[in-house]
Amino acid sequence: MAQNNHSQPATRRIAIDPVTRVEGHGKITLLLDANNHIQEARFHIVEFRGFEKFIQGRPYWEVPFIVQRLCGICPVSHQLAGAKAVDQLAGVKQLTPTATKLRRLLHFGQILQSHALHFFHLSSPDFLFGFGSDPVQRNIAGVLKKYPEIALKGVKLRKYGQQIIQAITGKRIHGTGTVPGGMNKALSITERDALLADITEVLQWSQQALALNEQIHTTHLEHRNFATLQTNFLSMVGDKGELEFYHGGLRARHADGADIFDQLDYCAYQQVLREEVRPWSYMKFPYLHRLGKEQGWYRVGPLARVNNCDSISTPLAEAARKHFRVFAQGKFVHDTLAYHWARMIELLHCTESINELLQDPEIIGTELMAEKGDQLQQGIGVIEAPRGTLFHDYQINEEGLVTKANLIVSTTSNNQAMNESVRSVANQYLDGHEITEALLNHLEVAVRAYDPCLSCATHALGKMPLQVTLQGIDGNMVDQLTKGTDGEIHC
Amino acid sequence: MSFLDMDERLIALLEQVELNRSPLTDIKHCGPCDIGLIEGGVCNAENVHVLREFRANCKTLIAVGACAINGGVPAMRNYFDLQECLQEVYLTGTGITNPQIPNDNELPLLLDKVYPISEVVRVDYYLPGCPPSADAFLQILEPLLSSQEPELLKKHLHYD
Ligand code: SF4
Repeated sequence: MAQNNHSQPATRRIAIDPVTRVEGHGKITLLLDANNHIQEARFHIVEFRGFEKFIQGRPYWEVPFIVQRLCGICPVSHQLAGAKAVDQLAGVKQLTPTATKLRRLLHFGQILQSHALHFFHLSSPDFLFGFGSDPVQRNIAGVLKKYPEIALKGVKLRKYGQQIIQAITGKRIHGTGTVPGGMNKALSITERDALLADITEVLQWSQQALALNEQIHTTHLEHRNFATLQTNFLSMVGDKGELEFYHGGLRARHADGADIFDQLDYCAYQQVLREEVRPWSYMKFPYLHRLGKEQGWYRVGPLARVNNCDSISTPLAEAARKHFRVFAQGKFVHDTLAYHWARMIELLHCTESINELLQDPEIIGTELMAEKGDQLQQGIGVIEAPRGTLFHDYQINEEGLVTKANLIVSTTSNNQAMNESVRSVANQYLDGHEITEALLNHLEVAVRAYDPCLSCATHALGKMPLQVTLQGIDGNMVDQLTKGTDGEIHC
Repeated sequence: MSFLDMDERLIALLEQVELNRSPLTDIKHCGPCDIGLIEGGVCNAENVHVLREFRANCKTLIAVGACAINGGVPAMRNYFDLQECLQEVYLTGTGITNPQIPNDNELPLLLDKVYPISEVVRVDYYLPGCPPSADAFLQILEPLLSSQEPELLKKHLHYD
């Protein structure tokens, strides 16, 4: 890394560009003064798609299939949120029991594969090798070599989730399945039995994945205050306040656990949420309107959900949740790295729920379509996607063509939190130090806790990797810090 | 991510190949490689730059998926003016505070349209599908690894 010329103003800009082991294109920039003190740290999303515009004029029933192409990791989440909105547009209030169960099964399969991928394929290298370890082995190939047992289970957990998706939608990625008012295909007995055949093993692996994460978090004291923030949390909960991914009311709580609102009908989301635009990122900054921009930002995703819910309906995951509560003495866990722990509690809940659904005779039912009612002009679909609450809102005209669309994607809700976490790590670990690759990876570890997937945040499609940039106090770029193929830092 | 649908077969593949820049590794710039897999269309100046870097470093370049091959869903914005898209998202959309179009220096220049990668660089092979299946990936990669001409079986040739 080149040092400043003495004649230059005494600040530098560092960019991590792209931030890697996340999906989507992100970039972190740091502004340092002459003594390497952090003046500013920002996490930018640099991709723009314009989905809200180009979906206009399309027939509404196309929405779930176009919109799922926003994301390579959790396409099913977009398909399902879109489908819920489309059900409303088609005037359908209630799906058949089988259709509802198939959608739930699909959703559990999706969260299972996404959570497995998030931890094992993308984040586990940081925990197994160390945040500042050699970048050449710090990836899934390295984990497969050094810890084949762990990596292989991760690969198989993801595979199982993908197999559920394939059984229901016909393809592992970007299949079909949902139609306005129901589902387009029943689950056959053969398909169900094939899935049931592996469930016992999958349950075991899920428990092991949870145990590993619980152990990592509770035995590394330094993880407790890594990128940790005190924030509000937003999530969906079931009508008894239980953990719920597919359908329920919205619950927002303050950092100390006090209610902001509870069981709010998500169709009223516009009354409580606003999104701020800032010039340096294509990703907006949502906040709770009532609390204002400064106080109203919040976190979503596994940590928010496991903190916010009063119970989990399946026994093993509920026991794990209680452990989690005890860890924080009954208060909210705010540790950012505990996202992974909460994620594995949810993963176990998915596996248990998949087991229950597969045992349910209604899952192979053939009543898939509900009666349609009068077409409505607005449809709002909200679900808990793997990385947090996901909002889809569409308006159509008499011909059924989309006239307006609004999406608030999970990662977008975590935008402020990701920025605050990056700032916290920069101040704690980088401030005053000579910047090295190992230190820079610490910033990326913070981002990866929330999200390995930035593409849908700007409604981007396809995948691009995360990028860190040093900048002069006059705003000129002084130093571009990049990692070469050898993992060395070059300028 | 469809690449990962190889599941356990990924392990055998990783024994034969070394991953360079990819969403799975921490390598930020592409170095000399035998095979480059590109997915996604070309939307901004940064994409152009990265794509040229790949072309310069990869002996064989493969366009993977509908977006890379013909622009795919993102190219739906080509029916609209870029400015209109930006206005809808950042000025006139639902529930927006501080409406403004992001324009910071850190944000790469957007291209007027979304382009297939073949409009920017020479492409050696096209692997269709949205996304191509894991089988299709292996069908094309395995022959290439033993320096043979790859051919896609009809059953792996799909466009959805
Ligand atoms: S899966 Fe489809 S939408 Fe996603 S990058 Fe590939 S071609 Fe594009």
